[in-house]
Amino acid sequence: MSTTSSSSAFLTPVRRIKIVTILVILAAWQLLAVSGLLFEGVLPQPLQVLGALYQELLSPSLYYDLGITLFEAALGFIIGSAIAIGVGLWLGSSNFMRRAFEPYIHALAGMPKIIFLPILFLVFGLGIESKIAKSAMSTFFPVVLSTIAGFLQIDKTLINVGRSFDLTRSRMVRMIYIPAMLRPLAVGLQLGVAMSIIGVLSAEIAYASAGLGARLIRYSDNFNISSTYAVMIIIFAVAAFVNYLFARLQEPFLRHERSKAENAARPVVPVEQT
Amino acid sequence: MSKAKGVAISAAPRRNSASSGLRFLRTIADPAVLFGFLVFVAILGAVQWLVASGHISRAIVALPSDAIAGLFSPEFSGELFRACRLTFGLVVSALVLEILVAIPIGYFLYRKPVFGAAYESWLAALFAAPIFLLYPLFMVIIGRNNYTLLFMGFAAGVIPIIIHARLAFMTVPDTLINVGRSFHLTQSQIFWKIILPSGVPTIFAGIRLALIYTLINIIAIEFLVDAGGLGRMVSDRYFRFDIAGTYTAISAVALVSVTLNLIINRLEKMVR
Repeated sequence: MSTTSSSSAFLTPVRRIKIVTILVILAAWQLLAVSGLLFEGVLPQPLQVLGALYQELLSPSLYYDLGITLFEAALGFIIGSAIAIGVGLWLGSSNFMRRAFEPYIHALAGMPKIIFLPILFLVFGLGIESKIAKSAMSTFFPVVLSTIAGFLQIDKTLINVGRSFDLTRSRMVRMIYIPAMLRPLAVGLQLGVAMSIIGVLSAEIAYASAGLGARLIRYSDNFNISSTYAVMIIIFAVAAFVNYLFARLQEPFLRHERSKAENAARPVVPVEQT
Repeated sequence: MSKAKGVAISAAPRRNSASSGLRFLRTIADPAVLFGFLVFVAILGAVQWLVASGHISRAIVALPSDAIAGLFSPEFSGELFRACRLTFGLVVSALVLEILVAIPIGYFLYRKPVFGAAYESWLAALFAAPIFLLYPLFMVIIGRNNYTLLFMGFAAGVIPIIIHARLAFMTVPDTLINVGRSFHLTQSQIFWKIILPSGVPTIFAGIRLALIYTLINIIAIEFLVDAGGLGRMVSDRYFRFDIAGTYTAISAVALVSVTLNLIINRLEKMVR
């Protein structure tokens, strides 16, 4: 009885729809793969992909490629976000500089950054340096725009309090600016993490000898389609996991911010008096 | 009286264009904007000097003057026009398909909230996923042709429109729908006369994102597979090791992207 009620509690209508959708997609995939509508080998069966995925996970070279991609993305993210926060604080704190340079940043942010790859290859070479540079470039734009936006929403009273205490510029940044703009900065950094991974992968696909992007394109060029699917699944899973991990890492820093918001939402008048 | 109204109506657009012209003049007369432009020109001048004097190799950075002059050469202008026509043709076709597919799906997810709740997190995950990485698969399935570019543009742009369309329909005030019902409108009339017009600004925000995503994806894949229009212009010159030509092509793609973004911003302001 309790088993029935717990299974019905687990199988909510939303979960049921999700499970049925996954089953329908897998069935359609299997049918299409065996239907003969596509050329042989173009669309492998789900079980073949699962087998290739298992083989990939057992292969030591996958972890080498994964390590290279994560290293490039992490280093690019650190460099790109550090520059972006510095530039964002500089432009945010000066109305004149913001009016002068923000249009250029907005214009560059809306561009397909991949077209700059030839310049990065020419300047940094074909090794991991150009991938790190591409990752830094992809990280820079969402973080700098969030930093500027975050700076502009800081309560002026906080800035005036800092000035009245004659805080130096570096202490203003540490004690006033960064804590007051934590939320928008976190959103920008979260976007930056996603963009850094995409940036590295696009550069690796264009030209690289190692990394997940290079592995993907190598399998695709060799017409090893099952393994191409498997690497793609790994890339999507890694991207999702890194995003999730970054969100969890931010939580302790944002907890104070959240409790502040909760306090603000709480009624000021004591409950007994109402 | 009617004549006066006619005069007022015909004068309105002229006033609008005059005021936008004044706004433009005021913007470029802003000392900050002028300063930003002068810094940009100074950077170009410094690069020109560094390259011309041999401090930076011409095999790495082209002379800015050569890259800019290349933009005005008749041969390049013709190629740029053809590339723009091809890329924008693909972008517009993908966008039309995205709108035709995404708005009905958004409406379905709004009408069936349990499906909306089930697919909401999946749509958000897909929105953040590196969709362009799927291109090797579709190159194999569809072939190395414009249909793959079209499909990859579509796959990137359809998600933001679905998300925004559902959101747009969900935020239509109940009062408006109740007014429609009190006039005994059919469900389809309520959709076409109330729900859709009321949701247009939010849907347009989704279309704007979709347009940017579609353009970026199509140019990225054109660059990676050396096929199509604007993206291919850059990769083609880079693979021929035509450094000045590569810089010219990058500048051209950048100018086209900036112009398109400005047009989209303007259109969004008009819709709002």
